[in-house]
Amino acid sequence: MSEPTASLEETPETVELSEELNNNAEQLHGVPVTDSRGQLVLHPSAGSYHDLIELLVEEGYDVCIDLCGADYLGNGTRVLPASVEPERFELIVNLLDVRTPRRLRIRVQVPESEPMVATISGIHPGAEAMEREASDMFGLCFEGHPDPTPILLPDGWEGHPLRKDFAIGSIPVQFKAVEGR
Amino acid sequence: MPDLSDIKHKLGLGDEGLAGLGHNIITAPIEELVKWARRRSLMPATFGLACCAIEMMATGTAHYDMARYGMETFRASPRQADLMIVAGRVSQKMAPVLRQIYDQMMEPKWVISMGVCASSGGMFNNYAIVQGVDQVVPVDIYAPGCPPGPETLLHAILALHEKIRTGELTQRRDVTGRGAEIELGPEYAPDAQPEPVVIRTGGLYE
Amino acid sequence: MTTLDHLRNRDAVLRMSEVEAEERAAVVDPDDERMIINMGPQHPSTHGVLRVTMELEGETVLRSKPIIGYLHTGMEKTAEDLTFLQGPTNVTRMDYASPLFNELTFSLAVEALMEIELPDRATWIRMLMCELNRMSSHLLFLATNGMDLGAVGMMIYGWREREEILRFFEKVTGLRMNHNYIRPGGVAADLPDGWRDDVRSILKILPERLDQFDVLMTGQPIWRERTQGVGVITTEEALALGATGPILRSTGFAWDLRRAMPYLAYDQVEFDIVVGTYGDTFDRYAIRLNEIRESMRIVEQCLDLMPEGPYRTQDRKVTPPPRARIDESMEALIHHFKIFTEGFKVPPGEVYTAVESPRGELGCYLVSDGGAKPQRMHIRAPSFVNLQTLPHMMYGGLLADAIAVISSIDPIMGEVDR
Repeated sequence: MSEPTASLEETPETVELSEELNNNAEQLHGVPVTDSRGQLVLHPSAGSYHDLIELLVEEGYDVCIDLCGADYLGNGTRVLPASVEPERFELIVNLLDVRTPRRLRIRVQVPESEPMVATISGIHPGAEAMEREASDMFGLCFEGHPDPTPILLPDGWEGHPLRKDFAIGSIPVQFKAVEGR
Repeated sequence: MPDLSDIKHKLGLGDEGLAGLGHNIITAPIEELVKWARRRSLMPATFGLACCAIEMMATGTAHYDMARYGMETFRASPRQADLMIVAGRVSQKMAPVLRQIYDQMMEPKWVISMGVCASSGGMFNNYAIVQGVDQVVPVDIYAPGCPPGPETLLHAILALHEKIRTGELTQRRDVTGRGAEIELGPEYAPDAQPEPVVIRTGGLYE
Repeated sequence: MTTLDHLRNRDAVLRMSEVEAEERAAVVDPDDERMIINMGPQHPSTHGVLRVTMELEGETVLRSKPIIGYLHTGMEKTAEDLTFLQGPTNVTRMDYASPLFNELTFSLAVEALMEIELPDRATWIRMLMCELNRMSSHLLFLATNGMDLGAVGMMIYGWREREEILRFFEKVTGLRMNHNYIRPGGVAADLPDGWRDDVRSILKILPERLDQFDVLMTGQPIWRERTQGVGVITTEEALALGATGPILRSTGFAWDLRRAMPYLAYDQVEFDIVVGTYGDTFDRYAIRLNEIRESMRIVEQCLDLMPEGPYRTQDRKVTPPPRARIDESMEALIHHFKIFTEGFKVPPGEVYTAVESPRGELGCYLVSDGGAKPQRMHIRAPSFVNLQTLPHMMYGGLLADAIAVISSIDPIMGEVDR
């Protein structure tokens, strides 16, 4: 386990971020790290994501607070380190350390050609339902997930609604005729 | 099938069925009595879905008090209910359940569509919400609001009481309300998707 | 044995698809006492449209699985179609029992992305309204929890108090529910004249009414029999499953975002974190009852400490100008027009903000691409994650206890399904 960079001070209440933390050079546990509005974000590859989560549990981040996906089809405006290759989908995991307390975010780039990542429900059982939702909404596959069934959408629903190429499905609004009574 | 139309006409049935029967001095008060009993003791089925359910519960409790209209007993079993207040947004997954509960209710039954989401889809004009519960069940009264306050719901209930009081006992409704009968063009076909998103130049995808 | 092994070995989650469950149920084996039954989605005792499939052996619940999605509204997709100013109207309908918290977490996320400072009065008004909303949400819980467990009169009592608070909300925000009051930049309108008297009248009647609830429920033997020891969960299990809020606090772990990671002005007011001991249904009920009392303490301090000043940020690119100015100034008219038609643009970036809602940690992950509408908005709903504790709490209990457990989790299906 690599030591965190010396510029990262941790006080009991919050994580102090030094100004020297720039977007390209800093690494934490061997993955690039960025700072987003004062929040720490790690960018592992899809292959090393599971091991990073395990490492972070030992570090103290033992609560997976949130797991969601994002679709960046056609949208180039996002902040990424130079060494990270942007893909269409992103998997975002927010972790919480309740003892310190502090938060951490992980963003994994997931390619459209192979939307598969390892499941973390073996490490964080609470991620099980969140991963089901991400697979429903984006079509991401979680390898090793114990229950890969639809959670929010009806059985037999085709398509993944939160993808950018899935239409919102609005119909034209018309006023209903009221029969004279 | 023998032609019964002239016999029906002679008996006074006509096209309105039993409703065409002229009432005499005995059957008219009975009809009034039946309608009075029906509207003074409507039993709603619990069909609270979302935010409107909270306001429906508020209407049932002490401050607004549906019990003065005889309606405080929400029947959990649809077999025992005669009013379904669809309170909240109906999702695509819930629509078959809604129809099933409606079918399990015994005639005579009425439906109040409470809130804009039940009446027309509300602010959620998207893939997930049925745009108006009258696509699925026939609706008698629409109560607008997001959510409609208890006064609005009580007004809707009283309007339903009026409808029961003045309505015909034996008029049958269509199986569904048929909704707004909107004709959608071919671009709304299930497999039609919008134009692919044009990738902007200068972005990271370049 | 670690917590994860324990959770896995207990095998409390009925992981099969609905089709498989139906097939299993159709096969009748006379020796096998187990049967899979379905509860919901329309049922008097579920909070909203929650469906639970349970594997029963006699009256004992073995494995179970909550099936959700019956209220899926596509709110996260709708959010990508609405501007940041319209965003609160959408998110407020997620957790409809405490709508101001949804608006608060969304507004805090937008403000974090825009890096704007709010005037103090806006912060304190938000805190006052949110604590009142916490009180009304917990009163709703007490009412529905009481009714589910048989104290049907509790429904009337809980709503009687809730009406007082909703009347104040109507006076301030214009609506009883789904207020769209907390917006990015501040709040929609200032507190009306005489608000202190209205709040004082609420605070005057509540303590004795809460004592009445204590008489009806807390000390009552039937209530205690039905709730003590029912639906037990340990701290490690709750943390592993991501449960927060009263569920986590009932296990004895004092985790409250208002104290651990303060937002708004919670570090300037005094209040206690209510913590349970056994992690059972009774603890969760008692925690929520006492959290009403703690919220009353905070509200009382807000009465005295409320600062003067503007109720929203003065940055004209974000906040609409006062209506009177529109007649006088061309610039004000243009700002008003742009804000309400096109929306204000938020610099690109992503942020996760969290608040302590009555159900747990309510978070908003917001991504902006520099435009007027979010690129991605995700709400971390506490009830969605808390529902995962349901199979583990119901395991080994009776069917009647299952109702108590569902009720004590206090799920709001609007935020579960979004």
